Amino acid sequence: MPHTTPIILALAGNPNSGKTTAFNFYTGSRQHVANYPGITVERKEGFLRAHDRDVRLIDLPGTYALTAYTEDELVARRGLTPGGPDAPDCVINVLNAGALERNLYLSVQILELGLPLVLALNMHDEAEKQGMIINCGRLAELLGIPVVPTVARSGIGLDKALAAAVQVSLDRRAAKSSGLGGAKPLDISYGPDLDPVIQEFTALIEGNEALCARYPARWIAIKYLENDSEIRDLVAAADSALDVRLAAGLEQVTRHLKSTTGSYPEAIIADYRYGFISSLLRQGVVTRQDELRNRVARSDQLDKVLTHRFFGPLILLGVLYSMYKITFGLGEIPMGWVEAFFGWLSESVSGLLAEGLLKSLLVSGMIDGVGSVMGFVPLILTMFLLISVLEDSGYMARVAYMMDRVLRAFGLHGYSVMPFIISGGIAGGCAVPGVLATRTLRSPREKLATLLTLPFMTCGAKLPVFLLLAAAFFPGNETSVMLIISLVAWGMALMIAKLLRSTIIRGESTPFVMELPPYRLPTLFGVLIHTWERTWQYIKKAGTVILAISIVIWASMTFPELPEEMAAKDDSSAARLEYSFAGRLGKSLELVTAPAGFDWRVNIALLGGIGAKEVIVSTLGTAYSLSEEDIAAVEDSDDTTSLQSRLRGDPNWNPVNAAALMAFVLLYAPCFVTLAVMRQETGSWKWSAFSLIFNTLLAFAVAVAVYQVGMLVI
Amino acid sequence: MSPIISPTPASPISLRRLAEGQKAVIVSISAQSELGRRIRDMGLVPGAEVEVVGRAPLKDPVALRLKGFTLSLRNNEADFITVIPKN
Repeated sequence: MPHTTPIILALAGNPNSGKTTAFNFYTGSRQHVANYPGITVERKEGFLRAHDRDVRLIDLPGTYALTAYTEDELVARRGLTPGGPDAPDCVINVLNAGALERNLYLSVQILELGLPLVLALNMHDEAEKQGMIINCGRLAELLGIPVVPTVARSGIGLDKALAAAVQVSLDRRAAKSSGLGGAKPLDISYGPDLDPVIQEFTALIEGNEALCARYPARWIAIKYLENDSEIRDLVAAADSALDVRLAAGLEQVTRHLKSTTGSYPEAIIADYRYGFISSLLRQGVVTRQDELRNRVARSDQLDKVLTHRFFGPLILLGVLYSMYKITFGLGEIPMGWVEAFFGWLSESVSGLLAEGLLKSLLVSGMIDGVGSVMGFVPLILTMFLLISVLEDSGYMARVAYMMDRVLRAFGLHGYSVMPFIISGGIAGGCAVPGVLATRTLRSPREKLATLLTLPFMTCGAKLPVFLLLAAAFFPGNETSVMLIISLVAWGMALMIAKLLRSTIIRGESTPFVMELPPYRLPTLFGVLIHTWERTWQYIKKAGTVILAISIVIWASMTFPELPEEMAAKDDSSAARLEYSFAGRLGKSLELVTAPAGFDWRVNIALLGGIGAKEVIVSTLGTAYSLSEEDIAAVEDSDDTTSLQSRLRGDPNWNPVNAAALMAFVLLYAPCFVTLAVMRQETGSWKWSAFSLIFNTLLAFAVAVAVYQVGMLVI
Repeated sequence: MSPIISPTPASPISLRRLAEGQKAVIVSISAQSELGRRIRDMGLVPGAEVEVVGRAPLKDPVALRLKGFTLSLRNNEADFITVIPKN
């Protein structure tokens, strides 16, 4: 029974067209977000019922065209493949009516694919205020498809667009089952030079059934002429003889065009496509009145101040600073609740169970480990909330616009600034939300360089180490020490970014060409949904990985247990730690770490610090055999006086190895939560492993340099 | 009667050299591959009218107004675009 299968609708459109708002309106909270395997583009789907039909609505990434350059575009194209697994019955294309010409560029390409289409002319009201009158009936008549005016923010017209899409889908299914065939792809003339070649190519491609089952032959011909890498690979894989013939044809026409017009096929194709659109609009679709005071103009007024030569950067600093203040100030309150909850849970479980391994595993291994991940959730929630507001309002694009010139010098992108700040560019941040914030970066190489260098920032968990050592060995100079650390962090991050971008992530900078969307007031629902989706993904992914890793860390610090005859002599936590696997590892590492001035106690603390940087100070406490109460004081109130005096009194410690240790802690491997989210954002463990190894080697080299030079000086 | 002599049309210049607030019509785009594609996808094609609406605090990137929207691009990307300024 064909009618019982749900109708598949795809939602396509440019970024900033209101597509996401429309998707939220249609699906509400009944949406499902997942990542496409291996890549980081979000895949959003929702189920709904419309006109007594089950509808599966797929939200495609926002794109300006159907090329094959970015992951977003490839995913959008996969979702629009007529012969693909999720081929939609109909596409709803949301357009920003105010920029109709550019938005139709995508619509035309969808029509060329032969997919049934419904146009939702969004922000229709704003376009009218701009003095642009759009005759939807005329556009519908010229293109032969339904055109519905909508205002997605208030939901106007969206039901009508959905009804039209369902109707088109049903008609098409009926036509198919009665053997009438589907929609006919739109044919645009690409001029006297290319039309004959397209015709010739199409005839050749029609000979290959497998190709034609996926895409219309003419579309493949056009994409081949555009030199589209994915389509060229597809053709080559399907039929190498065909590929040779097409490649020869492409080369010939490219040479011909170059000598006669100085242009090349893909440029001519784009020109004709835009030509088709502007002739369409001139046939009574758009009438322009005198430019009225409009949103774009109002947006310009705002930009005069917000991107002003002097005030712009000042306001930006203010926004970044308050963003940071709010995230960590506001986020700290619920963070306290979460921590209190896990503290309570840990105590209750301790009270219920007898002393022993099971208790130790549950409390120290699992509850503390998962608690450390969940403790970040309020921070991440707050940060995503603020980022969503900045993104949806249009300000984020201005941040990139203003910062780009500086960051580009280091191979980064204007958008890199926000992740750096969040990670601890202002001391006390956190690399976990910082890594997640790199999602705003659409350029893969710049994103990777940002993501790999932001762990150098002074995150909140490194601070206690710096404070402890500064207070113990540089009393009275704590402020200068902290300032130097912050400057070193920024300097290293930018230098390493430059280094990476000129070695392993070498390559042209990704084109900056970017829309500066008009300023808008974000909708509460949109911001909340956005925030929740991203946070939930973090909880799921980081949570599972961290649970496993914290058990491993717990085991390595617990086993093997101290034999009874040794325990009888000394049962202190330090003795037990020294005997454990982690302790032995710390000892054997002394051979390597001696040039940096680290003994086995420091080594264990640093190993534990890879689990979570918060562990460093408390592990040092354990290793120096502080009493339980003193450790509790160190952990709870950052009161490190006892540990400070212990270290100061130790003959092995002096300001030089304190400085070496600070340098090492600042730069070495990111914590496991960060590594786990790095894997989430890059789609592979490869970069997490790189970060773990490279950062540690770098930190070690710097620490050795500091220690050796320092020892010569004093 | 001799025909009204129109002022000589301005000669083509690089988009980078347009002053703030100045309008111009695109005559050619010499960028290829990804950059060329992105520029064209955004509607920067020969015949399109653009206006420089602003520059970032460090004079780079530049903000352009096209039909109904604003976009920004770096100066070294603007170099690929040749325009004829309008009076």
